[in-house]
Amino acid sequence: MKLIVGIVKPFKVDDVKEAVKELGVQGLTVSDVQGFGRQRGHTEVYRGAEYEIDFVPKVKIEVLVDDGDVDRVVQKLVETARTGKIGDGKVWVVPVEGVTRIRTGESGPDAL
Amino acid sequence: MEINTGDTAWVLASAALVLFMTPGLALFYGGMVRSKNILAMLMQNFFCMGLVSVIWAALTYSLAFHGTGKYLGDLDLAWMRDVATTQPTGFALTIPPLAFLAFQLMFAIITPALITGAIADRMKWLGWVLFLALWAILVYAPVAHWVFSPAGWLFKRGALDFAGGTVVHVNAGIAALAAVLVLGKRKGWPHHPMPPHSLPFTLLGAGILWFGWYGFNAGSALAGNALAAQALVNTHMAAAAAMLGWLIVERLKSGHATTLGAASGLVAGLVAITPCAGFVAGMAPIYIGLIAGALCYLAVSLKFRFGYDDSLDVVGVHLVGGIVGSLLLGLFADVSINEFGRDGVFLDGGWGLFGDQLVAVGATIVYSFVVTFAIVFVLDKVIPGGIRVPEEDEETGLDQTQHAETGYAFERV
Repeated sequence: MKLIVGIVKPFKVDDVKEAVKELGVQGLTVSDVQGFGRQRGHTEVYRGAEYEIDFVPKVKIEVLVDDGDVDRVVQKLVETARTGKIGDGKVWVVPVEGVTRIRTGESGPDAL
Repeated sequence: MEINTGDTAWVLASAALVLFMTPGLALFYGGMVRSKNILAMLMQNFFCMGLVSVIWAALTYSLAFHGTGKYLGDLDLAWMRDVATTQPTGFALTIPPLAFLAFQLMFAIITPALITGAIADRMKWLGWVLFLALWAILVYAPVAHWVFSPAGWLFKRGALDFAGGTVVHVNAGIAALAAVLVLGKRKGWPHHPMPPHSLPFTLLGAGILWFGWYGFNAGSALAGNALAAQALVNTHMAAAAAMLGWLIVERLKSGHATTLGAASGLVAGLVAITPCAGFVAGMAPIYIGLIAGALCYLAVSLKFRFGYDDSLDVVGVHLVGGIVGSLLLGLFADVSINEFGRDGVFLDGGWGLFGDQLVAVGATIVYSFVVTFAIVFVLDKVIPGGIRVPEEDEETGLDQTQHAETGYAFERV
């Protein structure tokens, strides 16, 4: 099992959600995050004084998938979240030791 | 003079309008501070409505408006003695003396409230309470007497101030500068960004200020007459033009017309027209507003050049706007608008009025700066640990450390 973590532009979240649902993904988790990559931050001006805002808002999407589904889901996520402009975000995959569904106690791929 | 019911009704309504400006100011400033300090800002402003009112009844109304002294009034009306039946010295009012007392009280409330914008985010609550009481007595009452009371030396000299350009705005603006020089900079200023946390609040507050300012300026006619109408139109036109003036310069210099710029510009215009409201007419308020909007935009950057942390630009907007308005009055004043006024330079009145305006502005600046500096300096020595909150409390925020509350209690884990 793997955990797919995507950092995407906030306005792309709905598209990504619908796209991975079509692939049969049963659930995912999102959270509001801030950070910077090569895009860096942006500048805001208040009464003529410029402030560098280093961290820009992004959304983090986390999806648990079985090993065989990783490539399809990652590819779909990348396709959907891409605008071609700087600041589109990143996706990475990390191995997962185990998963248990709390309600039933099922574990492993059955719990996904 | 006989009581006129129309005059009385307008001045009573104006008192309510001016009172409403203080909550408006609280929101105007509250939106500009960081979210951890919103309640402390609102509280410092609202508390003025409490403490200054009681001091006014006990002491400062009498000190400002009764008695024939050139520099300070007397105590005959202190403790609310005979206030309902005694005219303020030198006035021939067509309204009950209590209507005048109430109307003038609202000015005494909002003037120190203006200072909160400069000292934002770092003064102890106890420090503010003590400062407020001392400032209301030692600074506001004398300066109001000099300028507003017909017995005062600047009034007698012929300096004009329709609704408080010197008494309210120059006075509070220079006091703000003195206070921040003693208090020091906020931790992290100017390198750490401290952007406004809620510009919608700031815009709402600016709207309330504009609304209330009709009472501030048109109410200062102390009658419901043509002069009040002239003052109201002047007030409106100056605010409108100053918003444009600020936004034009802002757009040219920084590339965007901002909401904070619109709010700041209109307030700068209201400040500048305050001394002039009942003494000018025609296009004069629009010229005054345009000039004030543009100059105040440029003035807010002075703090970065000179390194004083006037957090929300009380100096840039109120001191500079108040000076601009008070001096431009020396150019635009027109005695045909108001028989108690004088002609300025453009109406062939010569430079006499301009000179008297300079004296009034200069005297207010010197007195208010020195006394305010002394008040904050002494309080800093007397209050255990100083007038400023400890660094850790400043970091945590004044809402939690000074008032044990949170402005935005969103549900969180």
